Amino acid sequence: MNFLQTLLVRSVYAIILLTAVLILNFSMMHLAPGDVADTIAQANGGADAEVLEAIRAEYGLDQPFLVQLGRYIGNVMQLNLGYSFYYREPVTELIIQRLPATLLLVFSAQILALLVGVFLGVVSAQKPNGLTSHFVTFIALFGYSAPVFWTGILLLIGFSLQFQWFPVAGMRDVTIDGGFWIKSWDVVVHLMLPMITLASVFLALYSRLTRATMLEQLRTDYVRTAYAKGMPHLKIVYQHALKNALSPVITLAGLQFSAVISGAVLVEAVFSWPGLGTLAFTSILARDTPTILGILFFSALVVIIGNLLTDLAQRLVDPRIGGKE
Amino acid sequence: MSDLTTDAPNISQSPWGQAWRRFRGNYAALLGLVILTTIIFVAIFGPSIYGVDPYEMLWAPFSAPGLDGFILGTDYLGRDLLAQIIAGARVSIIIGLSAAFMSVVIGVSIGALAGFYRGWVEEILMRITEFFQVLPTLLFSMVIVALFGASLPMITFAIGVVSWTAVARITRSEFLRIRELEFVMASRASGTRPVKIIFNVILPNALPPIIVQSALMVGSAILFEAGLSFLGLTDPNVVSWGQIIGSNRQYILDAGYTVTFPGVAIFITVLCISLVGDGLNDALNPKLKER
Repeated sequence: MNFLQTLLVRSVYAIILLTAVLILNFSMMHLAPGDVADTIAQANGGADAEVLEAIRAEYGLDQPFLVQLGRYIGNVMQLNLGYSFYYREPVTELIIQRLPATLLLVFSAQILALLVGVFLGVVSAQKPNGLTSHFVTFIALFGYSAPVFWTGILLLIGFSLQFQWFPVAGMRDVTIDGGFWIKSWDVVVHLMLPMITLASVFLALYSRLTRATMLEQLRTDYVRTAYAKGMPHLKIVYQHALKNALSPVITLAGLQFSAVISGAVLVEAVFSWPGLGTLAFTSILARDTPTILGILFFSALVVIIGNLLTDLAQRLVDPRIGGKE
Repeated sequence: MSDLTTDAPNISQSPWGQAWRRFRGNYAALLGLVILTTIIFVAIFGPSIYGVDPYEMLWAPFSAPGLDGFILGTDYLGRDLLAQIIAGARVSIIIGLSAAFMSVVIGVSIGALAGFYRGWVEEILMRITEFFQVLPTLLFSMVIVALFGASLPMITFAIGVVSWTAVARITRSEFLRIRELEFVMASRASGTRPVKIIFNVILPNALPPIIVQSALMVGSAILFEAGLSFLGLTDPNVVSWGQIIGSNRQYILDAGYTVTFPGVAIFITVLCISLVGDGLNDALNPKLKER
């Protein structure tokens, strides 16, 4: 199957998955006690039964379930995710405002975790009983066992409160005035702690897997041949063995996207990072149903796009994969 | 491969006996098991031994650890932090165990059916599994808890219903492997009912990796619960580790310890579970150890 065909099949499949997400979300909202009419009434200080009925009729809440579901899916296809009665803004706009912050956090943490994780894994595979190897085992255990929000708070106490190297919260300092580069640097400084916190969880996973697959590769015949013909050690490790060891690591990274977004929700809460997680948290407390639905939809979309990108990366690393399907 | 002599199977022992012997030789796993047993002991008997009410305001807020007779100090409402952590152990461990149990039941059922029947059954079940892998688990659980109420059973359900995918995949691949083996063929040929083949013939042989994964599931369920209750999506009348961190979070400038200690409790518990899980993995799947 060539590349375009695969992409097409993948996209159709992604659309089916997203529709399933919509149906599940909508059914859940439908099953839950209370509806939009109650929310509107609450936001306006209460309403009697008659007004509630009028609101329900206006928003089509008195229609049968399937009609409502069909209308909802139709709206989402036009990128209309409804109106938030809490923020008094269309949900799509709300999400588009917050999405870049979450994407920045999620992707930078993934990339950091992959870079450092793979590097540590490669170094420790060359000396399976060396100091780095023990260090990898240690951070792997720490990354798996420490709750990510706790790691974040500890880093916050250490590096923002004690040493004051990094800002305590948010993504920008509004008092800073300057050109594009000064403002970008400000975002980078704000990003540091949240990114490191989120990466710490996945770093462990990737370094451990890289170590295992590298150990496997370093034992193969082609590596021994390369040594025999006198190829430099670093070239063998980083050009030959690593190329073959990377494939499972990238697969794993792709599977982690939904976990990374879950982690990002907690990290955003710790550092008041103005992304989807913070939005989800406040809208859940406010019982702002359309916004919650929209966030679930968009985060599933991010996971699917992340998976797709992983697939592409996989093909770059290992051309054999395209042929097999 | 070098330890072939020490690892030679002892014929007089059952496979489980051999596994225990290998587990016993793993000191990290043993240490984990000992600490874990202690934590469970504290969770069960701790409240009656320590006897301080975790919900009562006893003293001024933020009394530092060791001062005024409070071993771990007091929280933002002047409650005994040690008593809270002991009470929280119970909630965290019960939810961790029952959510992990739920996800193992769902995961094993789906994986077993998919791996045994193959064909369209497998196709549908694995699509459902993929669907749950795409959902951002924490967000989904947050929505469930927010919509249907933050009772402990609902929290357990919200964690269990999103965490089973790994178990399902492992069970399925084990079933795919084992269903082709000769003894399964033999019991099929002799007309054993499918239900019996699944539960009595294949499942016992598929257990080792499932057990390892289930052990690790308990750890992730505890972390998951901590995350939810850190965000405040928990029964406000029941103290749990994550909830202590969440409710003291605003005061880290004055009293970092109120956040540090409950986190240490979560960390140690999950760490011990993963040490035991690693030990189980080496003990139950000795051939995989070299991988």
